[in-house]
Amino acid sequence: MKPSALVISAPGTNRDNDAMLALQLAGASVNVMSIKALISSPQHIENSQMIVIPGGFSYADALGAGRLFAHDIIGEISDALKRAVEQGRPIIGICNGFQVLVRAGILPGGSRRVALGPNIGGNFDCRWVRLTPSSQRCIWTRSLNEEIECPIAHGEGRFTCEAETYVELVDNDQIALRYASANPNGSTGAVAGICDESGFVLGLMPHPENHILERQHPQFHRGVKGHLGLNLFKQGVAFVNN
Amino acid sequence: MAGGVGPHLTTHRLTITPKGHDPRVDDVLRNAHDLGLDRLRNVAIADIYFLSGTLGQAERDEIQQILVDPLLETGSWDSCASSNGHHVIESLLHPGVTDSVATELQRLASTAGIDVATATGKRFELTGDLERADLDHLAASVLANPIIEQWTIDTPARPTLTAYTDVDRPRAEQIDLSSATSDVALRELNIERGLALDIEELRVIRDYFAQLGRSPLDVELETLAQTWSEHCAHKTFRAKITSDDGELRDSLIDTLRKSTDDINAPFVVSAFVGNAGIISFTPQRTLALKCETHNHPSAIEPFGGANTGIGGVIRDILGAAHSPIACTDILCFGPPTLSAGEVPAGVFHPRKVRAGVIDGIADYGNKIGLPTVAGAVLYDPAFTANPLVYAGCIGSASHANGQTYVESKPRVGDRIIVVGGKTGRDGLRGATFSSMTMDATTGDVAGASVQIGDPITEKLLCDVLRDGQSTYTAITDCGAGGLSSAIGEMAQELGADVDLTFLPMKYPGLAPWEIWLSEAQERMVVAVGNVAAFAALCDDHDVSYTDVGSFTGDNRLVVRCNGQVALDLGVDFLHHGRPQRNMNAVMPKPNRVVPSTGPTWLTECTPMEHLRRLLAHPNISSKESVIHRYDHEIRGGSVVRPLVGAESDGHGDGVVLAEPTDEHGIAIGIGVNPWFGLVDPQRMALAVVDEAMRNVVAVGADPSQVALLDNFSWGDPTRPSTLGDLVAAVDGCVQAARAFSAPFVSGKDSLNNEFFGSDGQRHAVPPTLVITAIAHVPTVASTVTPDLKSAGNALVLLGSTHNEFGGSHLAMIHGADTSGVVPEFDPRSPERYRLLHSAITDGLIFSCHDCSEGGLAVTLAEMSIGGRLGITCVPTHEFGDNELSIDLFSESLSRFVVEVSPTHVSEISRLFPESSRVIGYVTDDPQFVLPDGSRLSVDELRSCWQGSPT
Repeated sequence: MKPSALVISAPGTNRDNDAMLALQLAGASVNVMSIKALISSPQHIENSQMIVIPGGFSYADALGAGRLFAHDIIGEISDALKRAVEQGRPIIGICNGFQVLVRAGILPGGSRRVALGPNIGGNFDCRWVRLTPSSQRCIWTRSLNEEIECPIAHGEGRFTCEAETYVELVDNDQIALRYASANPNGSTGAVAGICDESGFVLGLMPHPENHILERQHPQFHRGVKGHLGLNLFKQGVAFVNN
Repeated sequence: MAGGVGPHLTTHRLTITPKGHDPRVDDVLRNAHDLGLDRLRNVAIADIYFLSGTLGQAERDEIQQILVDPLLETGSWDSCASSNGHHVIESLLHPGVTDSVATELQRLASTAGIDVATATGKRFELTGDLERADLDHLAASVLANPIIEQWTIDTPARPTLTAYTDVDRPRAEQIDLSSATSDVALRELNIERGLALDIEELRVIRDYFAQLGRSPLDVELETLAQTWSEHCAHKTFRAKITSDDGELRDSLIDTLRKSTDDINAPFVVSAFVGNAGIISFTPQRTLALKCETHNHPSAIEPFGGANTGIGGVIRDILGAAHSPIACTDILCFGPPTLSAGEVPAGVFHPRKVRAGVIDGIADYGNKIGLPTVAGAVLYDPAFTANPLVYAGCIGSASHANGQTYVESKPRVGDRIIVVGGKTGRDGLRGATFSSMTMDATTGDVAGASVQIGDPITEKLLCDVLRDGQSTYTAITDCGAGGLSSAIGEMAQELGADVDLTFLPMKYPGLAPWEIWLSEAQERMVVAVGNVAAFAALCDDHDVSYTDVGSFTGDNRLVVRCNGQVALDLGVDFLHHGRPQRNMNAVMPKPNRVVPSTGPTWLTECTPMEHLRRLLAHPNISSKESVIHRYDHEIRGGSVVRPLVGAESDGHGDGVVLAEPTDEHGIAIGIGVNPWFGLVDPQRMALAVVDEAMRNVVAVGADPSQVALLDNFSWGDPTRPSTLGDLVAAVDGCVQAARAFSAPFVSGKDSLNNEFFGSDGQRHAVPPTLVITAIAHVPTVASTVTPDLKSAGNALVLLGSTHNEFGGSHLAMIHGADTSGVVPEFDPRSPERYRLLHSAITDGLIFSCHDCSEGGLAVTLAEMSIGGRLGITCVPTHEFGDNELSIDLFSESLSRFVVEVSPTHVSEISRLFPESSRVIGYVTDDPQFVLPDGSRLSVDELRSCWQGSPT
């Protein structure tokens, strides 16, 4: 039986469908649910083997990216998510989903705080990047043996934290992904994604769900292949299957 | 602003200041310096959140904890004093302007059990030796926009957060009009109410009501003026036109329609009907196509104008019962390098217009989740006071096997449901509005003629309409004219009885005509049989809806409000009572004699110097910085992107989209050339259709499966020469469409784009026709990009080059913009495009790029830059039949450069016997070598083209 993945949306989520396609291609069965519906029936979290918070502009990014969606999550839903982590069920937050997990205090976890601020260039930026998987702790990245290439599409993706937090995240092997191409947004340490202490929860700014087919690569017409973002989702599915 | 509580509560303010470098500061400083306000040395920007209600320390702490991230920001309550004696400007949105942040803030507070009214503002602390006049100028031109914002200088801003209680509900009023009303009085009425009708139309209205034996109500008159407006009725495109050659012509719309009928393409499902053109794409799928302009709103409020332009064209697609899948944008601005003294009074600097428009498009498209994929950015001094913003959208709908799109029509008895956002004074005529007496409590609630869009509400609308297709029988968007136009159109064969009393309002006090004509965004009208099913779906998606009446079948349109019948008109009179206009055109008489020698300025510098200057011209240089602002990856469908090549920084021709699960691709190509239009409007039209066709063919689309959209931005058509240019352009469109068997399926005209020049005279914008081509790509695996692929390959020019420099970019650079002839349409091009398509399908073509602005030399340079590979051109005597600079820089039509394997050169020559020629070879050595032996490294070429951002 295919692992079941739950994709949680909010008003303004817009890459739910892209995430669904990626998960399906990686071998999961997918259920997309609105946060409103989930709040009235939170048992869907218990019944899912993977949980995904996809990209978009939840609540139009009003009051700061991910802030209001995180506010919806804090409480019953975040408790259910924490139980999922305790039981070893993987969670991934992509772009706006990463911002939500950070604002909700699920990433990086513990008492440390990080933030995703406005890009150093000041604007929304859509471009392709290369990512180096760099964590053995993170179940999403530890078996990845090649770079991932995929686009970013965000205005608030600059990873930032206090210096000692950064050292601790590095020491803990919680830096899951770094930009291998030019740092697009001014992130500290070129960090593109981090995991929590358990390694089950990954948050990342780029969109691996937009590189699930070879033809989606921008140099496809030049014969460039591989480095699929799909590999990341396959890791999550493989982890559940094992 | 979000209202809700009484007027006497304390207003708290939380000021949030970002830590570290604030990139917004750079924009403010640059915009100020563009206007010559060099004394502004620095600025600190903060966001202000106003909360009116009872807040204790605990509530304040809770709100601050949610809103302020200590890693990014600092927050302070109630502080408004300026530090260090700096001047402070604080801005607020006018009440009534969409403020989704304030709405969300109020919702957030209410989830925490805190009942407050909310507003947002911005605070600017200014450093520099600034006089009062500087502060006024900064506030009105850089920091805020008077159209949507108000401000205070050195005093704290105070938003109006009042209760809306006990407001009078205005009634529809009688207009003094009878059979005795004279032409003079009719003209006065026309001006007083800003009806924009002509005397013939006013007389017809007078006589209609005389026959009914009553005078009209204001709602009726406004509705007729709206329905018969140029914007809605396209009076010029439907007029009888007599041209100075004595010819009485079909109306322009009939000319276009007839060409589509005659072409009789099997894939056209619906053309020039309803909200969008519809074509069949695959047996299971139709596409809806539409492009709109939002010129005037974008001139006065660049962000909001462009923002709502995108929102509007997306609703056109929803109104055709298709799901939007991608957006396009074509933008025309004044020169970005204009000095402060060259910007006319009352006009924004082109750089500010550009920044606002691009932000507005990015904000809406990125948030609603649609890729903005194809477009163009053009610069010309004529666009300084009159920027043009074209926004397009493509939609897709799936159908069960054997079925296709059927235009939906409401049935008698269907309920009329208004779904989406609330109604306010949005978009009502500013002139009319300013002469009105405001209600005391609504005070300064202004009906901004431009609004800020709300893409999230529209996204939810998209979802409801997609999931609920079986629950409604007909649908129309609320665009110009609001409900009057949407319900009016839907009711035109049935009649309807509508009651506006319970429609949700942004604020009270609206007169019935204001409600009926409001252009509030993010609303649709649907005809629904089973209201319960539709309502349940709306509830699921958190979308609000109101049942306002039903379709009656009695052919009368009746509108009620607060117990009063505010409108009662026969639908036949409303939609068919307008007398057809008669207009006169003086046709353009362009020079079409090709000179025997090239222009004298052609030899003023070397070909390489010409090329360098062309690559640096803002119309030709890299648009990368704009393209990155738009999400072109969402939905995972981009196969050929707007940026291509080894480093993803080259320009493509068309773009190709495909659902990730589908092999069929949709190619989109754009053609536009106002400079040709200034010289020869008819040839311009042929040329831009040809350009749009080239762009889709170059990426691998099938030229026999192309549908076209036309969008005209023109001057005042009552000037016979301006109308003549329009007639000539329509003639050109139709000739090109017939030549390519590519039918027009939808179009739009925006007339009266005029501005006052430095000579104090009115000028029309250059004739700016945008053609969008949408084409079928049989299989995305065989698409092609223009970047060079590998050394050793041959470069073959398809098509022929002539001494055609009229309206060319090289002529413009040399200040000779009307010299020479505009390139002539090549009748062999349809056949050439078919052959090229089969060569691409057979895999013979490794890269392909068309020749457009700047000619062949620019084409080669772009291919080289995209692939980071060199080119060595063949020597001058083999390169072409003309003087070298004519071959390199003429903008003759119907030409492509293709990269082929040396082993396929003979096959290509056989395929294109009269129009192919090997002009160079691809080299590993990154040097660009022209036929005269002059050379430049590809890096230098690239830095000319990428330049420094302007």
